[in-house]
Amino acid sequence: MRLPCPLCGDRDRREFYYQGAAVTLNRPAPEADADAWDAYLHLRDNPAGETRDLWYHEAGCGAWIMVTRNTLTHEVLGAELIEGVPA
Amino acid sequence: MARLIETSPCAGLLPRTIGAVDLSEVEPAQITLIAPFKGQQAAVSDALDAALGLTFPAPNRATGQGARAVWSGAGQALLIGSACPALPGAACIDQSDAWAIVRIEGADAARVLARLTPLDLRPEVFQQDHTARSVLGQMPVSLTRVGRHAYEVMVMRSMARTLVQELTRAAQGVADRIEPSI
Repeated sequence: MRLPCPLCGDRDRREFYYQGAAVTLNRPAPEADADAWDAYLHLRDNPAGETRDLWYHEAGCGAWIMVTRNTLTHEVLGAELIEGVPA
Repeated sequence: MARLIETSPCAGLLPRTIGAVDLSEVEPAQITLIAPFKGQQAAVSDALDAALGLTFPAPNRATGQGARAVWSGAGQALLIGSACPALPGAACIDQSDAWAIVRIEGADAARVLARLTPLDLRPEVFQQDHTARSVLGQMPVSLTRVGRHAYEVMVMRSMARTLVQELTRAAQGVADRIEPSI
């Protein structure tokens, strides 16, 4: 599998570290109720189809990226730097 | 007070020649990591240009002859072979003793590296002054093409022996290949 790092171009999967679903970017407000924090920390979807997840280009440029890919076809649709994603 | 003897990272290991490949150690006078502060990269590049005649490199590129700036990750580059000028817009860290640099040169250099790294090293893709952070075997490395058949591989100093071992083994494998006769 190759991932399209926005800085480095297409690179081998072994250069990357997988972090998980990109929902962790949507952090609840500090005063949000327990349910919101419970969902943020523990509840994950398991979508069949397009997903977005976080990868760390560990052995490459050191950037965190958000990769869009399809879990049904294994197609990698794109990636963007986390730096550029609005919080 | 004890007097310490300074040795280079690959002392006693290099140079060596295996088949059509020469391995040698590169020992630059100084290596400095330069990480421009947010929004300061253009100013840092101008300051480097004024002081040393080289610019801050774009991602996956190296700049300069003699003293060189080699991109080494998001927002950072290594200044190799020169003292670092005053750069108020950047964090500058002396890493002279942190790196081991091995030059691999010869007709089979790309073939040897291709056994160890997942990078696309075809000459039309990975050109002169192109650089990449990647893996070589299990090690994180910085790999730069410095000539038609010449590359420089940088690893953290503690991995010097492993780097030489990996390159030697791969070069031996390439050298031992028997091309099928037709």
